[in-house]
Amino acid sequence: MLRTIGKRLLLLIPTLFGLTVLLFFWVRALPGGPAAALLGERATPEAIERINEAYGFNRPLPEQYITWLGRLLQGDFGNSIETRRPVLEEFANRFPATVELAVMALIIAVGIGIPLGYWAARHHGRLIDHISVAGSLVGITIPVFFLAFILKWIFAVQLGWLPSTGRQDRGVDATHVTGFYVLDGLLTGELDASLNAIVHLLLPAIALATIPLAIIVRITRASVLEVVNADYVRTGRAKGIAQSTIRNRFVLRNAMLPVVTTIGLQAGLLISGAVLTETVFAFPGIGAFLAGAIFARDFPVLQGFVLFIALSYALINLLVDISYSFIDPRVRIQ
Amino acid sequence: MSAAEAIPTLPTPEGGDQTHARRSGSFWGDVFRRVRKNPAAWVGAVVVLAFILVAILAPLLAPYPELATPGREYLRPTSLPGIGEIPEFPLGIDRFGGDVVSKLIWGAQASLIIGVVSTLFGLVGGMVLGAIAGAFGGWVDTVIMRIVDILLSVPHLLLAVSIAAILGRTPLAVMIAIGVAQIPIFARLLRSSMLQQRESDYVLAARTLGLGTGRITMSHLLPNSVGPVIVQATLTLATAVIDAAALSFLGLGGGRPETAEWGRMLTYAQAELAIAPQLAFLPGICIMITALGFTLLGEALREAMDPRTRKR
Repeated sequence: MLRTIGKRLLLLIPTLFGLTVLLFFWVRALPGGPAAALLGERATPEAIERINEAYGFNRPLPEQYITWLGRLLQGDFGNSIETRRPVLEEFANRFPATVELAVMALIIAVGIGIPLGYWAARHHGRLIDHISVAGSLVGITIPVFFLAFILKWIFAVQLGWLPSTGRQDRGVDATHVTGFYVLDGLLTGELDASLNAIVHLLLPAIALATIPLAIIVRITRASVLEVVNADYVRTGRAKGIAQSTIRNRFVLRNAMLPVVTTIGLQAGLLISGAVLTETVFAFPGIGAFLAGAIFARDFPVLQGFVLFIALSYALINLLVDISYSFIDPRVRIQ
Repeated sequence: MSAAEAIPTLPTPEGGDQTHARRSGSFWGDVFRRVRKNPAAWVGAVVVLAFILVAILAPLLAPYPELATPGREYLRPTSLPGIGEIPEFPLGIDRFGGDVVSKLIWGAQASLIIGVVSTLFGLVGGMVLGAIAGAFGGWVDTVIMRIVDILLSVPHLLLAVSIAAILGRTPLAVMIAIGVAQIPIFARLLRSSMLQQRESDYVLAARTLGLGTGRITMSHLLPNSVGPVIVQATLTLATAVIDAAALSFLGLGGGRPETAEWGRMLTYAQAELAIAPQLAFLPGICIMITALGFTLLGEALREAMDPRTRKR
């Protein structure tokens, strides 16, 4: 088991290494190169020349790459052009917000998706099945930010039930220990601060959860349908094994393998979905910051953030693969 | 009792249907027949057809030219005429004074162009890469697939956005960015599908029968590998329309602000959500219905090509 994990972690290295090469050339491919991006509107030929000289952008490309990579390996991702603060710091400050949002979205997607998919499969061909199939199709095809608009319009503008921006009300007296606001409230005993943070998470999390929810419903439904008709389930029934045992140990457990893969893939994609959702709800996470950075061609931020996102994406998928062996002993033997 | 008598003859399940399914030996004939029987495919096809017609006939259907702002005199600082308030503009006007009906119709054209062009970029790029990797094998395959893996390690919207940042803010840049972001998916799909076909028994059988590699590739490998790619292309048309809207929303769309494009309309509507929600709902619903049409069609195709369901 440990060897497999170690091997997978080692395999990550060439991928991340390749990604640094792409990101390096990405910056060089920007119109006017990195100097123009740094200078923005103040880019005159002389100024570009000066910046190229000062930052070494006119040196041979391999040399520049090695220097940059050397800095990355020491944890120096450069400074944001917009905020002039270290990229690593900007990321660390915002990461907890996005993780909270993603976890909340996953709880919604998995908590509703698996039971709904199971329910639809058990009532295959009936009204509830058709409704969930149609609903999940809508969920897949609705643009995330359009749904975010609708939610904002209904629950924030029309009804005024939920806040539509930020992570916590300004008036809330909250001590921040970890940066995870919900957790902070629980740790310090300020439950109202926790609750306030959860309320702020609701709308963006629902918007972010739709696509994974729809996909989880579909996969669960398809997977359960496949397993329900399997011979061993029929044999189990014929032997008179209790319905609940058949459901939990025969059907659900075997049907969960593709579902877990899907959850893993979707969990990784939540981070890119957050770019849109966070922007609509002015939620101060990595997504909204990245959206701003892309617009401003703040390349150190984009390089650093894309690397971190790819890393977390890969680690989530690794976790999923590890979880297989707990669900399916056949994987463990291999 | 002889051994032959002891073996019961197997009843053919749904006998009538099976003879029907076997009427044609052609793969595509069978797929087409199965798609035709699927009601979801019909809904998808009707939506897609209507969308394409509206897009092509936009110059005839739209009451006003694409960038026209005929409703400027009705613009007020605190309100915008909504649905049914002015007979001339049945769905109201937007912040520029543009007729919403016209803009939605022109928007269909913009979306069709974006969808088709970007899907073509992804499809052609991906198929070339995938076919090269599949055909040459060895280190060429390894290098191409490693690059594909690296690109797939970045969520595809993020990839599209990064490419768009390089190419600048023009409509063509958006199409290329969305298309290029799809290349890894198509490349991997075609390659794995070709490899899978190459190992299959019927190819071995064809080889044993003395068929040449060229004949096998043309009449077995390619037609059978292209199926998933066509399905993916249909589904990509849906994603491309959504992605284009997303890129527009992130400010990477380019072109003039009053351009009739659904994503752009949705983006500007954000500021007027409280006074004119229809400006967000109408283009949003258009994007959704279009994406839904392509998705239904793509999934019906996939189902019809799935060997597991085809056998039934």
